[in-house]
Amino acid sequence: MKFTWFHLMPYRNLPEDFKQKYHSVWVDIPRNLYDPKVGHRLYNDYLDQLEFADHMGFDGLGVNEHHQNAYGLMPSPNLMAAALTRRTRNANLVVLGNSIALYNPPIRVAEEFAMLDVISGGRLVAGFPVGTSMDTNFCYGEVPATIREKYFEAHDLILRAWKEQDVFSFNGKYTKLRYVNLWPKPLQQPHPPVWIPGGGSVETWDFVADHDYQYSFLSYFGYKAGKKVADGYWNVMSKKGKELNPYSLGFAQVVAVAETDEQAERDYAPHMDYFYNRCLHVYPGFADAPGYRTPSTIKAGLTGQVGKQASLIREGLTWKNFINDGYVIAGSPATVRDRLREALKSLNCGHLMILQQIGSMPPELMRKSTELFAREVMPHLRDLWSGSEDKWSPKRLPADQIAMPAPLSFEPPRTNGKTHGPGAPEIRSSVK
Amino acid sequence: MKTQHKLCDGKFSVEMEVTGSGEPLLFLHGAGGLTGADPFLEDLGRGFKVYAPHLPGYGESTGGEHLDDVIDAALFYHELMDELKIPSANLVGHSMGGMLAAEVAALDTRRAKKLVLVGPAGFWIEDHPIPDIFATDLDDLPAMLFHDPKSALAQMMMAMPWDDLALLTAMYVERTRRFSMASKFLWPIPDRGLKKRSYRIAAPTLLVWGESDKVIPPVYAREFISRIRNCRLRTIKQAGHMVMYEQPAEFYKVVSEFLKS
Repeated sequence: MKFTWFHLMPYRNLPEDFKQKYHSVWVDIPRNLYDPKVGHRLYNDYLDQLEFADHMGFDGLGVNEHHQNAYGLMPSPNLMAAALTRRTRNANLVVLGNSIALYNPPIRVAEEFAMLDVISGGRLVAGFPVGTSMDTNFCYGEVPATIREKYFEAHDLILRAWKEQDVFSFNGKYTKLRYVNLWPKPLQQPHPPVWIPGGGSVETWDFVADHDYQYSFLSYFGYKAGKKVADGYWNVMSKKGKELNPYSLGFAQVVAVAETDEQAERDYAPHMDYFYNRCLHVYPGFADAPGYRTPSTIKAGLTGQVGKQASLIREGLTWKNFINDGYVIAGSPATVRDRLREALKSLNCGHLMILQQIGSMPPELMRKSTELFAREVMPHLRDLWSGSEDKWSPKRLPADQIAMPAPLSFEPPRTNGKTHGPGAPEIRSSVK
Repeated sequence: MKTQHKLCDGKFSVEMEVTGSGEPLLFLHGAGGLTGADPFLEDLGRGFKVYAPHLPGYGESTGGEHLDDVIDAALFYHELMDELKIPSANLVGHSMGGMLAAEVAALDTRRAKKLVLVGPAGFWIEDHPIPDIFATDLDDLPAMLFHDPKSALAQMMMAMPWDDLALLTAMYVERTRRFSMASKFLWPIPDRGLKKRSYRIAAPTLLVWGESDKVIPPVYAREFISRIRNCRLRTIKQAGHMVMYEQPAEFYKVVSEFLKS
């Protein structure tokens, strides 16, 4: 069993009455709600947290791409991954991923991923999402009817750029290049493992199966609701005669660990509420541009995680609902161990994307939850799927060939006894 | 009467409403498509032979994958006119259909005998942005489309079968098909080069605008008037974007007077 510690990098300071007063957390959220001084602290905190997860022995560190929103502050996850290459040693860099239809030309993604792979010594997982409708259609203006076609073309170009040994020309519908010649090329050969994050589009399963990629279902509705999607995926895999290898399925789950079940509720309930009610407060009209989802996905009854139906489902939910419905797995280490084992077995999932900093959660709570998980839960789940081979994790350079950053020894570090310098803005948690 | 046509060696299959008799009149529907109850077509049929094709992606028409932009769509209509053996016709286009009718007339100046553009799309004025119909909640659509959203007509046209999940899903799929085709011409901003080509439009042109059109406000008339050499405007009171449904008698009068003059 493998664990990727995933960060969404939310803005933590949305006002208490955000849901009532504001139109949407995505696309047209007022810019005056963003304070770059707070942002400065958040990015640095969040990078610290990912580095901490590396230190605690997680297999991967997860980052992803979103635009014009307070839900996740990473328009470019590659920048975050680049920062992580220098201060982490062990964990894989799971960039999940770049919305490849948005880049013109998409060769930019092939280049940046190759750079990350080379700098990190072969620790990169390359994720290719279509991207949410908010990000792709509304923020980046992509025509909903053609985004999937553009996505598939971008994918073909990137993979070919990684694999071809010679200069080639690419005559696509959306991208035309006379000379494609990737410098640098990725360290992992022929290319880094490809994971396809999805929100439940049925076409994605065929695509994943046909290319032997890994499918990562990124959901916030938890393992119970995720079962329907996982079953759909395994059904396609089985029809195509593919191995039902649990490592070919990734699944995102919100997890919070405390000393006891009661303490977990005291610690984490307000931050879950912040996440589900503020971070996911997306205006329904932005959730699903007409044509973004194909008729077959709509007919399959797979609703998105944001939008009208999703909001209605979440309306008035409390901690008890979050726990009972499986949105959140939380409690003492023993409780989390049991429920997570049950969840992973029912999904047949070998790569868990674990979300432990969620919503307004401050660093000290994130640290506690992550440390308890790493020490008292993770080791007990490692035995899952010991009979299966993980073919979807990076193959890095041997330790003796890894370049290390030189220590910062130019001048003695200045300290004034405080963790943060004077004038650093206070991060308040707007829910207590 | 419904007819079916194959175009371009079967690339397109076209379902079409045909009614009336007289000079040929080709009606190009808007992003929402024909509703199945479009009495203004019957009205026009009193003086004209009306052809109202469903664009691919709408109704039973197929082949939308072969249409990428407004030029493809304009050539599709050219092909259809050839198939119908009407090399020239009166072109009447509503909203997105107005934009496409203008393109049909600009690309081949012989196609339009006369041109009627009803609340047409095709331009973008920085100070008067067109609302994002693709992001508009169903509950807010009537107020945007109709002069009087509380009218029986508006209520009837916008009714949703909220308690019938199967029907609701079917309607949602249909709306997705239609709007995903429309998005090829309108997303994210419906300025797709008409301003480069509109100078070629030679046919006498009538603009018809609902006075309280909130989808494409009447201020957009100036973009057409300043670019099309023989172009006049008729504004219809107590009407919004769905002008031909809201004021059918006045609509018929204005359009038929112009076409027969």
